[in-house]
Amino acid sequence: MNGKKGKIWEENVIIETITRLMVPFIQIYALYVMVGTEGAGGGFQGGVVFAASIVLFTVTFGISKGRKRLPESWNAALNSLGLYLYAGVGLLCIVLSLGAAQYLNYAALPLSQIMSPAHTRALMISDVVEVGIGLTVMSIFASIFFDLAWKGEGEKNKNKNKGEKEVQE
Amino acid sequence: MIIPLDLILLFFLVLIAIAAISVRDLLAAIILLGAYSFVIATVYVEMHSVDVGFTEAAVGAGAITAFMIAALARTKREASD
Repeated sequence: MNGKKGKIWEENVIIETITRLMVPFIQIYALYVMVGTEGAGGGFQGGVVFAASIVLFTVTFGISKGRKRLPESWNAALNSLGLYLYAGVGLLCIVLSLGAAQYLNYAALPLSQIMSPAHTRALMISDVVEVGIGLTVMSIFASIFFDLAWKGEGEKNKNKNKGEKEVQE
Repeated sequence: MIIPLDLILLFFLVLIAIAAISVRDLLAAIILLGAYSFVIATVYVEMHSVDVGFTEAAVGAGAITAFMIAALARTKREASD
């Protein structure tokens, strides 16, 4: 930002150590929110908390190191994988029951012959579907953050010129 | 649900909202919006809606504040008009 020119980000041992300590706990908490409890709900919040851990890592270590941990190709793969998990489980119910059951009717899965239908429903909702939602939300939030924070080549001069023009107008 | 506590929290909410739209420094406005999200998350939790409060704390106070600061780093800090 303004003030110190060219030195926006510098290394700091305390902040780096605290980040290294906190990121795994934040990620475990995100997984607990996603799949830890029985019943529906928590996929979106878990994904956002997981993305917050990536944002914390990126803010501390810089964008290029953060992008190395979550490459751009992973983003595209992960957000479509989450969508396919959600939609695939729903379509699997129709396909496996030969069109007799509705979309996302988990009782039609062959898993419910082993467990009770209620357990199948709980397992499918709280694990598979919510991991899908969480993956999509996590990669989309991280992608938005990286796109906002990324500074392209020569962009700084362009921004400065635009700002001066606005002031003159 | 405790009515006086609600009223105190909502009073602070209005105060923070007025401060956030009237301050000139954009970084201060972003931090005030984060404080707004935190207070309204407290209001939600106090009204026994823990799920909504958790979502507000994760999205409003966490992710959106980081996004706004990342967007602010690409523009000027002072409001121009």
